[in-house]
Amino acid sequence: MNQSQTLLLDGNHAVSWAARLARPQVVPVYPITPQTPILELITEFHANGEMDAEILTPESEHSVLAACVPASLAGARVFTATASQGLLLMHEVLHYAAGARAPIVMANVNRTVASPWAFWPDQTDSLAQRDTGWLQYYSESPQESLDSVLQAFRVAEQVGLPAMVNHDAFYVSHSLEPVQVPAQATVDGFLPPYAPAQRLSPELGSSWGNVVSQDMYYRHRQAMDEAMARALAAAQEADLEWARLTGRAWGILERYRCEGARVVLVALGSLCGTTREAIDALRAEGIAAGLLKLRLLRPLPQAALRAALAGVPDVLVLDRDHSPGLGGILHQEIRGALYGLERAPRVHGLLAGVGGVNVPPQRICELVRAAIGRAPAFESTWG
Amino acid sequence: MHALAPAADPMLCSGHAACPGCMDALSVRHVLARIGTNAVAVIPPSCMAIIAGPQPYSSLKIPVYQPTLEASAAAASGLRRALDAQGKHDTHVLVLAGDGGTYDIGLQCLSSAAERNENILYVCLDNEGYMNTGAQKSSSTPRYARTSSTPVGKPTRKKNLTAIMAAHGVPYAATASIGFLPDLLRKVDKAKAIRGFRILTLLVPCVDGWGLDDDAGLRAARHAVECGAFPLYEVEDGHRYTLNHTARNRPVADYLAVQKRYRGMSQADIDALQAEVDEGWRWLLRLAQPDEGQVAP
Repeated sequence: MNQSQTLLLDGNHAVSWAARLARPQVVPVYPITPQTPILELITEFHANGEMDAEILTPESEHSVLAACVPASLAGARVFTATASQGLLLMHEVLHYAAGARAPIVMANVNRTVASPWAFWPDQTDSLAQRDTGWLQYYSESPQESLDSVLQAFRVAEQVGLPAMVNHDAFYVSHSLEPVQVPAQATVDGFLPPYAPAQRLSPELGSSWGNVVSQDMYYRHRQAMDEAMARALAAAQEADLEWARLTGRAWGILERYRCEGARVVLVALGSLCGTTREAIDALRAEGIAAGLLKLRLLRPLPQAALRAALAGVPDVLVLDRDHSPGLGGILHQEIRGALYGLERAPRVHGLLAGVGGVNVPPQRICELVRAAIGRAPAFESTWG
Repeated sequence: MHALAPAADPMLCSGHAACPGCMDALSVRHVLARIGTNAVAVIPPSCMAIIAGPQPYSSLKIPVYQPTLEASAAAASGLRRALDAQGKHDTHVLVLAGDGGTYDIGLQCLSSAAERNENILYVCLDNEGYMNTGAQKSSSTPRYARTSSTPVGKPTRKKNLTAIMAAHGVPYAATASIGFLPDLLRKVDKAKAIRGFRILTLLVPCVDGWGLDDDAGLRAARHAVECGAFPLYEVEDGHRYTLNHTARNRPVADYLAVQKRYRGMSQADIDALQAEVDEGWRWLLRLAQPDEGQVAP
C-alpha cells in the first residue's frame, strides 16, 4: 500500500483495512454477526502475509478482551472487533481495560441485544457501556469508520484509554461505498509505533491490578477523568491532522445546516445520513431545520454541545436505543448537557428506529412538524 | 540431584501476606525460584493475589498482572502473544491461579488456551476450595469435605483436572506437591524446558480451610500422596502417563484424621472414600502401563 487508493468497501471491510494500516501487533477476535466480515478480512490479510500481527482466536468475547488487556499493558498495539452480545459479554473486562489504561481499539457493530434474538441496527449495546471508561466514536459511513479507527488509535494512545468505534449493523457494516484507503506511509506518519514507558516487562518489574487503598482507587478514577478531558482536545487535534493529510475532517460533532435553525435534530451513526435528507426537505418547505451529528459520545463534548444548541427553540433527539424505564439514552445525555443553560432549547426525545425499525426521511419530517407545534414531553416518546 | 533450597535471593520475598504455615506461599516460593527472573506472572483473584501484595507493594520479584477471576488463561495468552510480537520469546508467562479460578469459573478459557497450545505455564494452586473467601466448596473439593458452603460434607467427588487437561493432548500436564519437593522441582524444571501449553496442579493444604494445625501443612501434603488421594503423576502429549510415587502405604483415614474438614465422618463414609481412592489408583495404574496410555482419538 504505497499509494492511497479508492476501493469499493462496506463498513466492516473498511474497518479491517484501518486495522491493517494501524499495524496492530496483537489481534484477539471472535466471530459474531454482523461483525464477522471484519475478522474474516483481517485473518485473510494475515494469511497473505499482509498483516504482521499475532492473531488470537479464543473461545469467547470475554476471553478476547481478557487477552487484549495484558497484551496492551505489555506494550503491544491491540485491535479487536465485536457486536451486540459479544460486547455485553465483554462488559466486565471493558471496565478492566479502561482501569488498566490500556489503549485498545475495538470496532463494535451496533446490533440489537437479546432477548428476543434479533440482528438489526440498534445502539443499546454500546450505549449500555458508556460508563466503562472507553472513548466512544459513532460512525455514519464506511469511510468514516476507516478514518475513525485510525484516529481512535492515536487518541487512545495519547491519553491512555481504550476506544470503541461504533457503526450500525448493515446500514454501515454491510453497505458498500467507494472508500479512500490511505497509503501506509500516510498512516505511519499519523500513528507512530506504540511504545509506552510503563509496561509489563521483567526489565521494569512493575505490576498491575493488585489490591489498592480507597485513596489510591479514588485518585485513579480522577486520573481517568483527566484523561477523558484530554481526549476531547486530542480527538479534535487528530481530526485536524487527518484533514491535513487526507482532506477529510469529521469533527467531534458536526453541524449540518444549523444556521438560523428553529429546530435541530441530534443523532448518532447512520441515522444522521437519513436525517440530512430530512433537513434538506424541511428547509425546502420553509422549516429552518438542522442536524447536530454527535461523533464522540465519550467523552461527551458538553461545551461544544451547549454552544451549538444555545438559543435553538426546539431540539429533537433521535434515539436508536432503549433504556427501559427511562427511554432514550441520548435524550438523557443531551438534556443533562444542556441543564442550566441560559436560552436552553425545548428538548424532545424520540425513540426512533429502536430494534432496527426503518426511519425514512419523510418520517423524520413528520416528527419535526409535530414536535415544533407542541411542548416537549418530559419522557421520550415512541417515534 | 536437585538442590532443594531456593535461591539465596528469593523471588517471593518475606513480609508477604500469607497466613502462618501457608503451603501456598511455600509452594510458590520454590516454583518461582526455579522459573527465575525472566518471567511475568498472571494471578487472578485468589489467595496468591493477596500474598502478592497490595499496590504499590509486591512480594514477587517479577511483574504481575491480575485479570478477572475467569480469564487467567486468556490473559496469559494475550500477554504471551504481545511478548512474542516484541521478540521476547524467552520470557516465561506463568499463571498462578487457585482451584476456583481453574477448575470452575476459569475452565472454559483454560480449555481454549490448551486447545490452541498457547506457550504458557499454568500452575494451579489447588487448596480444594475457595479459601480466599472463607473456605467454600469448589469443584476441586473432595467428597465428604466440609466447607462453609457444604456444612455437612460435599456430596460429589473432586473433579479430575489433570485428566481433563491431558485429554486436550497438551505437551505436559502433571500433579505435584510441596510434600515431595524433589519431584516438584523436577517437574517445574521439566515444564520450564517445554514449549507449548503446560499445566502443573499443586496440592496446597490450607491451614485455615482444612482445619490443620499450624505446622501440619507438610504432613497433610505427604499423607495425601501416600494414601493415594492425590497421586503424583505426569502426562506427556496427552497419553504418556507416568506415576511418580508408587508406594501407597497409608490408609485414607490417616489423611482424614489430620484435618478438621472431615470431622464426624462415619466409618461407612470413610470406607466409601477409601474405595473411591482405590478406584482412582487402579485407573491411574492402567493408564501408566506402557501400552495402555490414554490415547485420545
